Amino acid sequence: MSDMNHHILSVLVQNRPGVLARVAGLFARRDYNIFSLAVAPAEEDGFSRITIVVDVESTPLEQITKQLFKLIEVVKISELDPRRSVERELLLATVRTGADERAQVVELVNIFEGKILAVGVEAITVSLDGHPDKLDDFESLLAGYGLVELQRTGRVALPKLDRDARLRAVSNKQGKAG
Amino acid sequence: MKITGAQALIKSLEMEGVEVVFGLPGGCILPAYDPLLDSSIRHILVRHEQGAGHMAEGYAHVSGRPGVALVTSGPAATNMVTPLMDAFMDSIPMVCITGQVPTTAIGTDAFQECDTVGITRSCTKHNELIMSADDVPMAVRQAFHIATTGRPGPTLIDVPKDVLTSMMEWYWPTDEEVVASLPGYRPNIKGHPRMIKEAAKLILESERPVLYAGGGILKARAAEALRELAELTDIYVVTTLMARGAFPDSHPLCLGMPGMHGNATAITAMQKADLLINLGARFDDRITGKISGFAPEAKVIHVDIDPAEQGKVRKPDVPIVGDAKYCIEEIIKAIKDLLATGTVQADTGAWKSRISGWREQFPLSYEASEPGEALKPQFCLEQLRDSAPAGTILVSGVGQHQMWSSQYWHFDEPYTWVNSGGLGTMGFSVPAAIGAKVAHPEKTVWAIDGDGCFQMTAQELVTAAVERIPVKIAILNNSYLGMVRQWQEMFYDERYSEVYLSPDVPNFVMWAESMGCVGIRVDSPEEVQPAIDKANSINDRPVVIDFRVDAREKVFPMVPAGFCNDDVLLPASQEERRSALR
Repeated sequence: MSDMNHHILSVLVQNRPGVLARVAGLFARRDYNIFSLAVAPAEEDGFSRITIVVDVESTPLEQITKQLFKLIEVVKISELDPRRSVERELLLATVRTGADERAQVVELVNIFEGKILAVGVEAITVSLDGHPDKLDDFESLLAGYGLVELQRTGRVALPKLDRDARLRAVSNKQGKAG
Repeated sequence: MKITGAQALIKSLEMEGVEVVFGLPGGCILPAYDPLLDSSIRHILVRHEQGAGHMAEGYAHVSGRPGVALVTSGPAATNMVTPLMDAFMDSIPMVCITGQVPTTAIGTDAFQECDTVGITRSCTKHNELIMSADDVPMAVRQAFHIATTGRPGPTLIDVPKDVLTSMMEWYWPTDEEVVASLPGYRPNIKGHPRMIKEAAKLILESERPVLYAGGGILKARAAEALRELAELTDIYVVTTLMARGAFPDSHPLCLGMPGMHGNATAITAMQKADLLINLGARFDDRITGKISGFAPEAKVIHVDIDPAEQGKVRKPDVPIVGDAKYCIEEIIKAIKDLLATGTVQADTGAWKSRISGWREQFPLSYEASEPGEALKPQFCLEQLRDSAPAGTILVSGVGQHQMWSSQYWHFDEPYTWVNSGGLGTMGFSVPAAIGAKVAHPEKTVWAIDGDGCFQMTAQELVTAAVERIPVKIAILNNSYLGMVRQWQEMFYDERYSEVYLSPDVPNFVMWAESMGCVGIRVDSPEEVQPAIDKANSINDRPVVIDFRVDAREKVFPMVPAGFCNDDVLLPASQEERRSALR
């Protein structure tokens, strides 16, 4: 995957029945491509955050965000610049490994700082969370052994704290400790 | 005070100031029809739910108040899809209330169950399934608030039967509570002051400006402001299909309708302009023609309350997101400030004389019929127009008769023209005319319909007759699906495929009479005026005139789909001088 045409939208919505259908329906109706989508409750009660990676090769991002914002339940939309945001994704994979290959896969998991979740006679299940690019690399290396099943969550992202905010956070903590 | 959800629903409608609802009862909505008996609200019983939807639209079009439709679940809800989409496309404020199967039965494929909110999600501005009687007042308030503010549109509330029958403690949410309950809904009313100043500057600098007025003028009740702006700056105005009447046709600065079937002057003025001042229009494909060739030299000021319209089709030089009335008034102030501080408006003299040249050479025209020849639809419209009392509301269906109506009527007041612009819904006019007449019983309401359109929704004339809503219907009957016939003649080598409707069946006069209307048939030019006089004299029941018109008549001018506006096809009599449109 090339990130050239991909943009990350962080969309804060009222957590109400059907809101995901509204968002997904809008994308389908206006022929916008969703590359990945992740949704879960946000920090404030009654709100969810949807992280959408959109493919805007053909459609200006501005039109997508404006149309999204017209949905009554969409409260806030931020476009996250990959250089100024933290992105994470989780990957689960079951890899075909006979006894002779198992050690190699385990080593790979260790290199990537992943986890072994289950070990079977002919397969093991592993997990890895991290930047989506790192997951891409991991996935292609695992593929060499034979992927039985693979599930990725799609990325979630938040803006990076700027320097001041980071320092403030630290001093707050120190304040509390003192 | 403990009341049922149904009582809360009707009470909420009363609290919202609803005077009339258009509807048809059925299983799941039954509980709501009982308290309706004790309500001050007038209920108009339709013959098909689609009729209720279009009536609500017609009502809203002419009154500015939201139209309300009340129907049951399942097939009633699916019958509302067309009017909802129609209202969505034309930004008509409308609230639709549908019954739903009991909450315990939702998802079980129960009798007359359908996924109403799912089906109507993409044809409403917002919709909501209410799961508790406690939520009824807030849901109603939200629905009216959303339908009538910002860019207006249709909203829908889906109410399960057990929600209507269960008890709730009555309350009425405050305005503040309604706004607070919708944190994601904050329409922008006030255009950006810097952009407004910029717009004023561009307007005064322009040598070839055109005011491009759209339906937003009417939604924002900005006709007066538009007139002031036009007169202050002496700039010509084009009024789109949705904005007919927003600026008087009789005004010397009015160029009339642009677009696919607009007049050559309005089309060409936009095409050659150096500045388009778009006020509440959306660069619809029927206006722009081939977009890459549209108004190539024009800078664009775009005033629209919907941010998503900015740059959707044509990138504006000056985008202004806000209410049209507010923004126009602010632009006027900014222009006056500039003029007061010594700015001089650019000379538009050469442009104005070019335009008056076009107006002289390219008026709307058709060939009058020779004695003994078939009746011309345009002639019927001219006679109807000239006999119409002041303030008459004109409603149309979709097709040739719609374009002739827009072309040949003279709209001198706002809110006197009702049609289905965006969705192009055949069958719109009869029910929409009924809704308009309900809103304005004191005004004459003429519906211009085609014979194809009429056959889609004519049954609502039964509603009109029974409810004593004396609308007048003029069918321009050419026994064809006329606009499709025109395209087949022009673009498919006269290969007419499935466009011929029988000239003998139905008998429109007998049909009208059977529905409790007066039916009149007109075949020849000399019968036209007496029939219209008779129709205008009847005020106790609906009237239908079946004008038998020339099937060969086509709508001109025409910019064929996908063509550039420069290549507008003119009436045959004007083609030889088309070089003057340069």
